[in-house]
Amino acid sequence: MQTIDLKSGRNELFTDPDPDHAREFFRNKSRALKPKLSTVSKVVRDMISDGDYIAIGGFGAIRVPNAIVHEIVRQGKKNLGFAGHTSTHDFQVLVGGNCISKCDIAYIVGLEARGLSPNARRAVQNGEIQLTEWTNATLSWRLKAAAMGLSFLPARNMLGTDTFNYSAAKEIECPYTGKKFAAYPALYPDFAAIHVHEADEYGNCRVRGATVSDQDLARASKRVVITTERLVPTEEIRNNPEGTFIPFWCVDAVIEVPYGSYPGNMPYEYFSDEAHIKEWLTVEKDPQAFRDFIKKQVYDTKDFYEYLALNGGIEKMSKLRREEFLINGNGGGE
Amino acid sequence: MSDYNDMELMICVAARNLEDGATVVVGTGAPCAASMLAQKTHSPNLCIMFEAGGVAPILPSMPISVGDSRTFHKALLASSMPDIMETCQRGMVDYTFLGGAQIDMFGNINSTMIGDDHAKPKVRFPGSGGANDLASLCWNVMMMTVQDSKRFTEKLDFITSPGYLTGGNSRYEAGLPEGSGPFKIVTNMAVMGFDEETKRMKVLSVNPGYTRQDIQDNCGFELLWADKLEDTDPPHENELRILREEVDPHKYIIGR
Repeated sequence: MQTIDLKSGRNELFTDPDPDHAREFFRNKSRALKPKLSTVSKVVRDMISDGDYIAIGGFGAIRVPNAIVHEIVRQGKKNLGFAGHTSTHDFQVLVGGNCISKCDIAYIVGLEARGLSPNARRAVQNGEIQLTEWTNATLSWRLKAAAMGLSFLPARNMLGTDTFNYSAAKEIECPYTGKKFAAYPALYPDFAAIHVHEADEYGNCRVRGATVSDQDLARASKRVVITTERLVPTEEIRNNPEGTFIPFWCVDAVIEVPYGSYPGNMPYEYFSDEAHIKEWLTVEKDPQAFRDFIKKQVYDTKDFYEYLALNGGIEKMSKLRREEFLINGNGGGE
Repeated sequence: MSDYNDMELMICVAARNLEDGATVVVGTGAPCAASMLAQKTHSPNLCIMFEAGGVAPILPSMPISVGDSRTFHKALLASSMPDIMETCQRGMVDYTFLGGAQIDMFGNINSTMIGDDHAKPKVRFPGSGGANDLASLCWNVMMMTVQDSKRFTEKLDFITSPGYLTGGNSRYEAGLPEGSGPFKIVTNMAVMGFDEETKRMKVLSVNPGYTRQDIQDNCGFELLWADKLEDTDPPHENELRILREEVDPHKYIIGR
């Protein structure tokens, strides 16, 4: 029988895919139904160490836990590994704080239709961040493999490309069909933060809109922090258990942060603040102006509420709410 | 004949390829406009999908992100990225549109970097995002782009997303799904397909106002030509009216 030539990607695998190591961690993770209310500064201080591998839920500038992202910068966390899974504004802020030194890339540096982040681009082009290439589906499946408690999943994308060559994927032969597949290592992040619409004090969460990869991210990650638009009584969760998107046993801490995805979009709540995101993109062109800007916006604000107030407060939030519901007849954006 | 710009032509011509009842995964911008135009003309039941999870929305306006609220406005399904990508992998998605900084004669696309050192690129772009996934797993890949000899290049700096790789059967030998691959490239100058055997890019029709010479001069590799080279049917009055009045009234895309 002819054996097929099987290739491997040449770049570094930043995380341990061993499912027994993960089981050993999860064996000791608390699954007690207990209240987990906390604060942004405490969870970032206690749950993220320099050098950890972190992931951010949502989709770059949609349903992002931006209070946590800001606090990571404010507390000066360093040498973090990062899952760049359509990471747009969140990546821009974390690179602005020089927090990331290793990155699994599916999509970074860009902010979709808005253009590219000059500062994040500079950091990557200067070689300041070590990169391993993947794709959006691949990072989804790497998280799914971890959520399943496995060490890898096979799939049929990336084959034959430089995206594969600069990844840490391996080709395998299907034991049933003999076809060539790519094998993707399970991704078990040390820490994940996810912003949701509603959660109870135990961490039972509900999400509306497109869910991206957060169902698997919550299950794959060792420590999970939830920021929520609203805390709700557990009674509400119990009245509709099929609505629970993330269950309590995945979650280590819960923090109520209304408008917590600002300046990102929060589906059915508020639209993105395109003018403010554009301000980030514009000011980044000049490194000194950007240092002043991020100092004012992040380092010198004591918390996320101060950041919201600085950028228009309730009046702005009300405007973004009308935009979300198309009340101005405005489709959003400019 | 009505007046139109390059972008309007590319959108109108691309839209005609999307038949009723088909599925298409789109990004923001021109692909989304082409799909909306198809829906409002000959394909009312074209199913538009977004990689973050939105399926069959009634789009109130152009999305800014492929995951924002508009992508599941009055949709039939607000799902997840793995669900959309697995639907592609299962063979249920007919079309997708990709863009990139470079494309070669086999329809391979670069949206990752310019330069020869991956660790320290001369210019870094966002990377694959969902592009490699869609290029690997959808049946037919389309591209809309302004054509020049830098973008249409002999050798890519980085193959982000697979076309027909090195031509012939190489795409399928690499393990990519049988029968999938690049389908049409719509440029400001021409419409290209791919030769059945060699899988090289082949000009099918020439857009109004351009010659064979223009098309080859603005391409960094040697093009093949269809035996029966046609004239591209220019945008029709009703296509332009719907595109301008209903699809993109603020000229976010066609104003470029």
